[in-house]
Amino acid sequence: MIDLKSNFIGIVTPNPFWLASAPPTDKAYNINRAFEAGWGGVMWKTLGEAGPPVVNVSGPRYGAWHGKDRSLMGFNNIELITDRSLDINLEEIRQVKKDWPDRGVVVSLMVPCEEQAWKDILMQVEDTGADGIELNFGCPHGMSERGMGAAVGQVPEYVEMVAAWCKQYSQMPVIVKLTPNITDIRTSARAAVRGGADAVSMINTINSVMGVDIDTMRMSPSIGEQGAHGGYCGPAVKPIAMHMVSEVARDAECGGIPISAIGGISTWRDTAEFMALGATNVQVCTAVMTHGFSIVEDMIDGLSRCLADKNMTCLEDLIGAAVPSVTDWSQLNLNYVVKAEIDQDLCIKCGRCYIVCEDTSHQAISTLINGARGFEVIDKECVGCNLCVNVCPVENCISLRELKAGEIDERTGMPVSSEYRNWTQHPNNPMNAGG
Amino acid sequence: MNTTKSNAKGQTDIATARLSEQQCHENFSDLHQPFNSYGALVEADRCYYCYDAPCQTACPTGINVPSFIRMISQHNAHGAAGKILQENIMGGTCARACPVETLCEQACVRNHEEDGPVRIGLLQRYATDKASQDQVEFFTRAETTGYCVAVVGAGPAGLACAHRLAVLGHDVLVYEAQAKAGGLNEYGLAAYKMVDDFAQREVDMILAIGGIDIKYGVRIGTDLSLADLQVKHDAVFIGSGLGQSRSLGLADEAAQGVENAVDYIHDLRQAEQLSDLPVGRRVVVIGGGMTAIDIAAQSKLLGAQKVTIVYRRGQEHMNASDHEQAFALQHGIRIVFWAQPEKLLVQGKILTGIEFASTQGDNFTLQADVVFKAIGQMLVPLDSGLTLQGNRIQVDAQQRSSIAGVWAGGDCIAGGDDLAVSAVQDGKVAAQSIHQSLTANQSPSTQPNQSRQP
Repeated sequence: MIDLKSNFIGIVTPNPFWLASAPPTDKAYNINRAFEAGWGGVMWKTLGEAGPPVVNVSGPRYGAWHGKDRSLMGFNNIELITDRSLDINLEEIRQVKKDWPDRGVVVSLMVPCEEQAWKDILMQVEDTGADGIELNFGCPHGMSERGMGAAVGQVPEYVEMVAAWCKQYSQMPVIVKLTPNITDIRTSARAAVRGGADAVSMINTINSVMGVDIDTMRMSPSIGEQGAHGGYCGPAVKPIAMHMVSEVARDAECGGIPISAIGGISTWRDTAEFMALGATNVQVCTAVMTHGFSIVEDMIDGLSRCLADKNMTCLEDLIGAAVPSVTDWSQLNLNYVVKAEIDQDLCIKCGRCYIVCEDTSHQAISTLINGARGFEVIDKECVGCNLCVNVCPVENCISLRELKAGEIDERTGMPVSSEYRNWTQHPNNPMNAGG
Repeated sequence: MNTTKSNAKGQTDIATARLSEQQCHENFSDLHQPFNSYGALVEADRCYYCYDAPCQTACPTGINVPSFIRMISQHNAHGAAGKILQENIMGGTCARACPVETLCEQACVRNHEEDGPVRIGLLQRYATDKASQDQVEFFTRAETTGYCVAVVGAGPAGLACAHRLAVLGHDVLVYEAQAKAGGLNEYGLAAYKMVDDFAQREVDMILAIGGIDIKYGVRIGTDLSLADLQVKHDAVFIGSGLGQSRSLGLADEAAQGVENAVDYIHDLRQAEQLSDLPVGRRVVVIGGGMTAIDIAAQSKLLGAQKVTIVYRRGQEHMNASDHEQAFALQHGIRIVFWAQPEKLLVQGKILTGIEFASTQGDNFTLQADVVFKAIGQMLVPLDSGLTLQGNRIQVDAQQRSSIAGVWAGGDCIAGGDDLAVSAVQDGKVAAQSIHQSLTANQSPSTQPNQSRQP
C-alpha cells in the first residue's frame, strides 16, 4: 500500500482526507469519532465572535435532491455558523489537538469585516494550538445577510483585506474559503493571493432552492409558512467544483497557490480527480452526512491502490497531473476527428442512441441491420458529439474511434490532417480575415 | 379426511378436505407479491424508455409500455393506468394473467443484461390497482348514437368490444350464458392469479361507463339464434369463446374420475370453500398448455399427493412457457413428455389408472384417481352459416365474419392464440370497425334499427 501522507501548507496528516467545516465538525464529540474512523484532519465548524451565539432555526435545516432509488444526489442547508459559545469551542479545540497531535485541526472563522474583530479572535484561536485558520468567505445563507460569509467573498477587495489582517495578526497558516456564487472564481482567488493567503479552499455551497411542495405551494424545505435559499452541495455540484479548482490551478496570477478541494467528494475516485486537477487535499461533508465517518476507510484504501496502479509513489505524483489537459476552447485541435462506434455484441437494441441522435442531433444512427432491429452509426453524418455514448445504458457499448491522419472523414469528404489547428489559426475565424 | 368415493378394492381415492380451509386459503393466495409504491418506483427506474419499444410491439393490445412506466416513475400511477386501459380495458387481468415471459417481458432489452427484464406485468398491476383503489374514472361516453349492438359473451373479447362501443356512444346488449360476466377471467384462470374477486371488480369498472346491459343465462344457438340477434340489433359481435372440451377419444371417458380440466377449474373458481372440492390423491393431467399447468398446480395446492402432467410431444413443443413449466416443477409436479394416452383403466365405472404409449421408450401405466383432460377446447357449433376455418370462425383483419353485420373475436375465431390479451384486442378492433360501419353512411337505411325490442 502506498503511504498517503499529506502535506498541506506545512500541516502534515496521515492522509489527505479532511472533513469540511460543517455540522460534522461542530464539536469534540463528532470530531473524536471522525479521527477514530481515520480522517486526516478537520476544518472545525465556523466560529463567530465572542458574545451571545447565533440562533439556528428549529425547523428543517437540510433539504435533499434524490435519485429515483433515493440515492442522495444533492443536498442543501440553511444552518448558520456554530451556535455554541466561543469559549466552549476554543476549549474543545485545545483538547482535541492535544489528543490527536498527528491529525490536522484547522479552525474556520467568520467575524464582522472589522480589523479589531479579526485581531481578537485570531489571538484566541492561535492560543489553542490549532494548525491553521480557514476564512469562511463562502457561506451563502443567513450570515451573508449580515455582511459576512459570501458577502465578503463576493468582494475581492474585502477578501484581500481580511486575508492580509489574518497574516498580519497571526502566525498560523491562512486558508481562504471561496464562494462559487460569483462570476469568475479566479477574481476571488487572486485577491486571496494578493492578501498573502497560504491556500484557498473551494467551493463553498451554491445558492439553491431545493423544491416546491405543490400541495401547500410552499418552497421546501420551509420553516412554517416560508423558506429561505440554502447552500447546495453533494455529488451534484462536483463538476462545478472541479471546473473552479482547475481554473485556479492553471491561473498564472494565482501562482500555484495550494488548493483544498471541496464539492461533492464522496469516493477515492472523486479525490483522485480533484487532486489531479490541482488540489493538495480534499474536504468532505455530504458523503459523511449520508453514510457516516467510516467511508474514509474505503477512500484511503482506494486512493492508495489507485496510486500503486499508476506507478505513483506519493500524493505529490498525483497532484496537478491533469492540469495541463485543461485549456480554453480556443486552443482545442479542430483537426481531431472521432466517430461513434457501436459494439454489436454489447448492444441491447434499446434504441436510445438512435432516438436522441434523430430527434436532437445529427441523424447519424440507423435502425436496421440486414432488415432487423439494430443500430449503426452513419459515419457520413456523425460529428463525434458523444451524445450516443452518454445516453447508452451499457457501459463501453458505444465508443469514439479516433480517425488516423490521412483517413477520409466521410462527413467532410476530406482526409484527416495530422496538423494541430485551433480556432485562432482557423480560416473561418473572422479575426484571421486578411491575416 | 372425508373419503367420498372409492372403488370396490379401495384403490381410488377422491376426497374433500385434504387440506384445511385455512391451508387452502394460504395456498391460493396471490401468486405474485404486488409492488408497493417504493418498489414500483425503483423498478420503473430500470426501464430504458426504448425507442420503438420491443415490449410495446410484443403486446397484442399495443400498450405503450415505456410511456406508462415513465409515468409511474414520475409518481403518476393514475396517468399510467389511463395509458394502459386506453389500449386494454382489461389491463388489470392481463397484468395478473398474461404470460408476460413470452410477451412484453420476453421482448425487454434488459434480457440482454444480467438482471433480467423490467417487471412490466407487476408495474402494470401497480398502476391499474392504484387507479382502481382510488376510483379514478378514465372514460366518458360520447353522445348516444341510438345504435344498439349485440355482443355474445361477456368474456374479455365481448366486454372489451362492449366497452369501446359504449365509449363511442352506442348502446350494447351483452348475451351471457353463465350467471356472471368475465368469461374465463371469472371461470377459467387459475385462482391464485385472480384473488380477491378481481374479475368481478374489473367487470364492475368496465360496466361503469354506462350503456351496457347484460342478459345472463342466455345461450346463443340454443335460446336465441344469430339471425334473431341480427334482426334485433344494428350489429353483432360474437365473443362466445370455446364451449366444448376436446375428448381423448378413448373408451370409458364417462367413467367416474375422468374430468375436463376447464370444468373443474370453473367449479374451483366458484367454490365458496376450497376444501369442499373433491380432490384425487393421484392426479394425471393430459395436455401441454397453460390449462394443464393450472389444473395440475391447483390440484397440488388442494392437497393432491401425486400430480403428473403427460404431454404427447417434447418440452420445447409445450404451449406452456418455460416459466410455467418451472412453476409446475417447483410445486412438485412431474412432467412426462412424448407419451400418448392409450387406455383408461376402469373398474366398475370408476377410474383406476391410465395407460400410455410412449414414442421414446416403453409404454407405461400410471395409477390415477383423477385424469384431467386439458387438451384444448372447441367451438360449440352455432349452425349459423358463418364460414369456419379449422373449426373456428373466420374473420378478417377488422374482425368481420363472413356474414355482413357480424363481427367475432377472442378464442372462437381462427388464428388466435387463446390469450385474454388477444381477445381484448379483437374486441377493441371489432368495436372500432363496427363504429365505422355504423357511422360511415348516415343514410336512412343505416339509421338505428327501429325494429328492435325495447
